[in-house]
Amino acid sequence: MIRYIFTRIGYMIITLFIIILLSFLLMKALPGSPFNDERLPEAQKELLYKKYGLDKPVPIQFGIYLANFVQGDLGVSFVFDNRPVTKIIQERIGASAILGFQAVTVGTLIGLLLGIIAALRHNTIIDYGATVLAVLGISIPSFVFAGFLQYWIGVKLGWLPIAFWNGFEYSILPTIALAVGVVATIARFTRIEMLEVLNQEYILTAKSKGLSNPYIITKHGIRNALIPIITIIGPLTVNTITGSLVIEKIFSIPGLGEQFVNSIITNDYQLIMGTTIFYAVLFVSVILIIDILYGFIDPRIRVTGGE
Amino acid sequence: MTTKITEDATLKKYPPDLFEPTSQHEFIDDFTYRPEQSFWQDAWLGLRKNKAAIVGLCIIILVILLAIFGPFMNSHGYDEQNIARTNLPPKVPVLENISFLGLNGVDSRGVDQYKAKGISEYFWFGTDELGRDLWTRIWQGTRISLYIAFLAATIDLIIGVAYGAVSAFYGGRTDHIMQRIIEVLVGIPGLIVNILLILILKPGIISITIAMVIVGWISMARIVRAQILKLKSYEFVLASRTLGASNQRLIWKHLIPNTLGPIIVATTFTIPGAIFTEALLSFIGLGLQPPTASLGTIVNDSYKLLRIYPHGMIFSSIVISLIMISFNLLGDGLRDAFDPKTRK
Repeated sequence: MIRYIFTRIGYMIITLFIIILLSFLLMKALPGSPFNDERLPEAQKELLYKKYGLDKPVPIQFGIYLANFVQGDLGVSFVFDNRPVTKIIQERIGASAILGFQAVTVGTLIGLLLGIIAALRHNTIIDYGATVLAVLGISIPSFVFAGFLQYWIGVKLGWLPIAFWNGFEYSILPTIALAVGVVATIARFTRIEMLEVLNQEYILTAKSKGLSNPYIITKHGIRNALIPIITIIGPLTVNTITGSLVIEKIFSIPGLGEQFVNSIITNDYQLIMGTTIFYAVLFVSVILIIDILYGFIDPRIRVTGGE
Repeated sequence: MTTKITEDATLKKYPPDLFEPTSQHEFIDDFTYRPEQSFWQDAWLGLRKNKAAIVGLCIIILVILLAIFGPFMNSHGYDEQNIARTNLPPKVPVLENISFLGLNGVDSRGVDQYKAKGISEYFWFGTDELGRDLWTRIWQGTRISLYIAFLAATIDLIIGVAYGAVSAFYGGRTDHIMQRIIEVLVGIPGLIVNILLILILKPGIISITIAMVIVGWISMARIVRAQILKLKSYEFVLASRTLGASNQRLIWKHLIPNTLGPIIVATTFTIPGAIFTEALLSFIGLGLQPPTASLGTIVNDSYKLLRIYPHGMIFSSIVISLIMISFNLLGDGLRDAFDPKTRK
């Protein structure tokens, strides 16, 4: 098990290194420099280059960037008056975290419920309804949902605010828009897992022992069906963060996603790079944690070390 | 030893002239069999039972036909601007008489824009803020979105199948090295690589396709490798090898045909994924540059007008959602059709 964890961490570090290298090379591949102002005299430019370490050869610059990254320094934004990228991320992460957390928890709970009910009422109208909902939720892009939520609930009915971030009611519509995909994915997966588990022979054994139906479903059914669901939390988190880029932009939420999209539009490369690396670290660690968690829960991996 | 003796004894009991030679034909006739089904017939039979998948397939065919012929169905060009007819609501002959459909050229304020602007033509999906015909633009955009999606899916398929097949078939060190590479790449979040690459390459059909392929082939390679690894250990492959089949024959006659099902299913799911990614990239400002339009850029443009002129957003998002839904339905149906476990 320990060997398994160390291998996973090893891969994580290599993956991160490649992402950082890729983003760094991108910065170098782009034309121009941060000090393109024509009024700057040559001597001053050289001083500036020296100050920011841009006069050194590229590999050494990369080394410095890596060293700074390890210490949690991602450089400064060119557009926002030299403000440190780490500081900007810190200010912006709050709204995104709340939004993402709400969407994932609400979505997972509703999805589980829907999936379990659909499986228990297999081949009835409830099951078909849940399946149709799941296909719609997976297929229809989140920005389409967001647009129509804004139009009907926000503008036509005027029930909820459609933009900005001044309290809980501002987070309802964006949370729904983000959660739809989560609900659909979880519901679909739970339904399949539940159906599979309910067909197992140990369920029959439990029934013949005379256990009550609710007991069998909660203690034997749901518990075993939930284990594989852990594996989709990783991709789900990635999808939610990806979705939040657009949702935050649509609802003008001052989160990290909105900041990232804006930095792309304003070509603030240092900020793009910092946010990219931040997202990468987040993704890779979520996947790592889930892999390890799954290793602890699933005896097949726990015993063989994932070979 | 005892068996040997009895055998000899039996042989002596039945001298050779009592035996009658037979031909292979008579043996084969002993079997009952049904007409042989090709891979495609088999899949089609499975798919036909799934109504949702057939509906999906019909919608896909309809959308593809409209994407090909739609732009020619009226006389407007996709980049033909006209300030005199901006933001017209949709108006369709015949259907304009059914008021609740909203296809009578009356906008959200209840004004008949066609009368107000003195326009006698019909714009089936209305026009955008530059007076361009949305019917033509949306189908033109669908064409480009589908083109990007199919191109990306095809390249994913070629790279993925080759990589996965080589890795699984040769095994050993080759497989080990190739899998380590995949394990590193699979951790890289796709969208981030897409964004970084498009920043370097500048938005365009080819650069968007390349950006999607860079990480897209990995899942295909994993599927193919897993499938071939499993098949390799089956007895029928061993039997074929024992009969002297060459590597070439094993790969083309046994391994690839049996992997075809999962490959087709994966490709069917790649296409809606690619359309979604393209639309998402357009939404964050990394889409195609005007006047070229894809579904994503049209949704993005019409989103800005949603509150006053919702028709553009409604039509473009219906088209993009229909494509996504029908490919997902077809993919689900194909997965069941190819899966021997679900066959009765």
